[in-house]
Amino acid sequence: MSLLQSLLIWPDRLLLSVLMLLLIAVPFLYAARGPMHALIRSASRAVSNPLRLGARWLANAAVRLRNRNRQVLFAHGSHEVKQTIEREFERVTTLVKRDLEGYPVLQRKLMDEITRIEEDYKKSGEVPLPPPDWVKAIEAIAKIKPSGDGVVEHILGEIRDALGKIYQKVVSEYRSAYQERHHILKGFLPFWRSVSQTLTQVDRNITSLQVSAAKIDANVLKLENITARGNDAAHALASSASTQFFVAAMVMLIAFGGAYVNFKLIALPMSAMVGGGDYITNNLQASEVAALVIILFETLMGLFLMETLRFTNLFPFGSITEKMRRRLMWASLTILLVLAGVEVALAVMRDAIISADVALKQQLGSVAGTAHAEAGWVTRIPTFGQMILGFTLPFALAFVAIPLETFINSGRTVLGATMELVLQGFAFVLRFTANVAKETGRLLVMLYDVLIFAPLAIERWVGSYRDGSARRDKLRPVPPLKRASGSEEAV
Amino acid sequence: MKAASTLGILGAFLFVVACGPKVNHNQAVYVLIDTSGTYVNELNKAQLVVNYLLGTINPGDALAVGRVKSRSFSEKEIVAKVSLGKDPLAANAQKHAFSEQFAAFAKAEQQAKGSRYTDITGGIIQAAEFLNETQAGRKTIIIFSDMQEELDYKTVRDIPIKLDGIRIVALNVTKLGTDNIDPRRYLDRLAWWEKRARSAGASDWKVVNDMEHLDRIFKKNG
Repeated sequence: MSLLQSLLIWPDRLLLSVLMLLLIAVPFLYAARGPMHALIRSASRAVSNPLRLGARWLANAAVRLRNRNRQVLFAHGSHEVKQTIEREFERVTTLVKRDLEGYPVLQRKLMDEITRIEEDYKKSGEVPLPPPDWVKAIEAIAKIKPSGDGVVEHILGEIRDALGKIYQKVVSEYRSAYQERHHILKGFLPFWRSVSQTLTQVDRNITSLQVSAAKIDANVLKLENITARGNDAAHALASSASTQFFVAAMVMLIAFGGAYVNFKLIALPMSAMVGGGDYITNNLQASEVAALVIILFETLMGLFLMETLRFTNLFPFGSITEKMRRRLMWASLTILLVLAGVEVALAVMRDAIISADVALKQQLGSVAGTAHAEAGWVTRIPTFGQMILGFTLPFALAFVAIPLETFINSGRTVLGATMELVLQGFAFVLRFTANVAKETGRLLVMLYDVLIFAPLAIERWVGSYRDGSARRDKLRPVPPLKRASGSEEAV
Repeated sequence: MKAASTLGILGAFLFVVACGPKVNHNQAVYVLIDTSGTYVNELNKAQLVVNYLLGTINPGDALAVGRVKSRSFSEKEIVAKVSLGKDPLAANAQKHAFSEQFAAFAKAEQQAKGSRYTDITGGIIQAAEFLNETQAGRKTIIIFSDMQEELDYKTVRDIPIKLDGIRIVALNVTKLGTDNIDPRRYLDRLAWWEKRARSAGASDWKVVNDMEHLDRIFKKNG
């Protein structure tokens, strides 16, 4: 017999029993109305208030996290821009040191060349001396008309001959003078070229400087925006961080693919070094762990190499000296080279193991005699391929440091934004649940009143009747007071 | 700091991985080959099985081949045995040598006359002894026989045997002439052996007559 059935007055008449029970319960429920309402309200408050408190705390935490994220975003953004400006300044410094440091020498050279060109130009401008004055006298004599006198004609002939000779001499001198000027002008060419090249170089340097200056200007403007902590800058930095995060994640994924290929390449031959068939855990062979360790070492050396080459800024290397940094760089590079060499050897070993295995299987299966394939140079191609892969993959892995740094840096921003969203989401859920609890309390109060609607209706009716009679009593005219003497003056 | 935390996570991962449960993955297989009576003619098939096993076992594993004769509980009945080294190339060379050794045995046995009696129990006890000495994680006895035990009157084999943690595979259990008359004899024989193996503590009992799918017997979790 269930509990419900034990409560029923007439177990075979459920509805009637329930109605009867309700009828019995209604007076008690009506009597307990006040405390029950208070109980329901207290219960709903007991649920909704902590939830509201929790929601408020989460919302505040989300605001605090947003502020913190903003601070970190600005700090990181300004750090990056500062670094960019620093690098640009370094570039400008190098440019100035390399090219403009020798500018006085360059100027002197330019001036010397210009002076020389000027001198040469002046030289080329000198003309041969005009013919002497006596040439004019002879010219006048030469103009005398022939009179038929033999002596005169002879003299004139002599003069003509002399003049012809002089003319020839002058012309030849004139020509040689021009030749000389042409020669001088020809000598200009290398100087002109040199001047032109020097000026082009100067122009290029100046242009490069201008470009760098423009970049610095743009970055300084960006830095000003970041320092002003405007919303635009924050949005730009956040979107930039998200893009960087996804790009870096993609690159890292590709790098993981490379690392996996590398792992597959060296896991088998590593069993010859650390022993095959040894297991460190249930499913992890010692050779696989050794291969993993080698790959991790390669990545680590790559990280150090990139760090010492100043491509990344993951480690606190700021305190070490330049000499030490250089030493570290060479050490990392050497270890990386050694590991690449080991991988080449392992690739050869892998090929040997596989070949031996194939040969054994062929022998075991060659009961009827299997034809052995000729080992020509074509069959060696996979070996060479493995060797090349074994040598190049460690260096390719070294470059993972760059996307790793970006991934970590941008990951902070993305993670912070995600956390903020999660906190806000939880706050919303808590607030929503609190409201639901509060409204449920109200609903229960109403339902309670619905259950005891009959006594409540009677109460209302009685109340209204009392109110009505009281009002009627107020409106009824007051009967005149009867005097003992019977006089009506007092009224 | 960031790189240190990354390295820390990697280190913790390796530490957790290294501290996990350690399981012995090496396996040891003992092939018991019946050389009595007419069953000696099945040696070619046995050679195929041994070759298959040689192709599948890994460095660190152990393999032995023993024969079933009139009295098989003796080290002399171990025809060939090998515990493979950790170096894959050295293991390959060991497999080579084993294969040649077994081929020589098969050739000699085929020319010899089969033994008169069949002491399978003695062979199993010998096999269990060998397997327990290897301390391998997975131990298997492959019985290449018709499972018809015949003992001379002096040989005592009605004794309790211990096969704790050993898997028994009866391979190529050929039917005898009497089995064809009454198949119950064959089925009862196999049931008797199964009961005996299981009561001796064997972890598994299997009968395989299809030699085409040996991989199903020797798959890792089979």
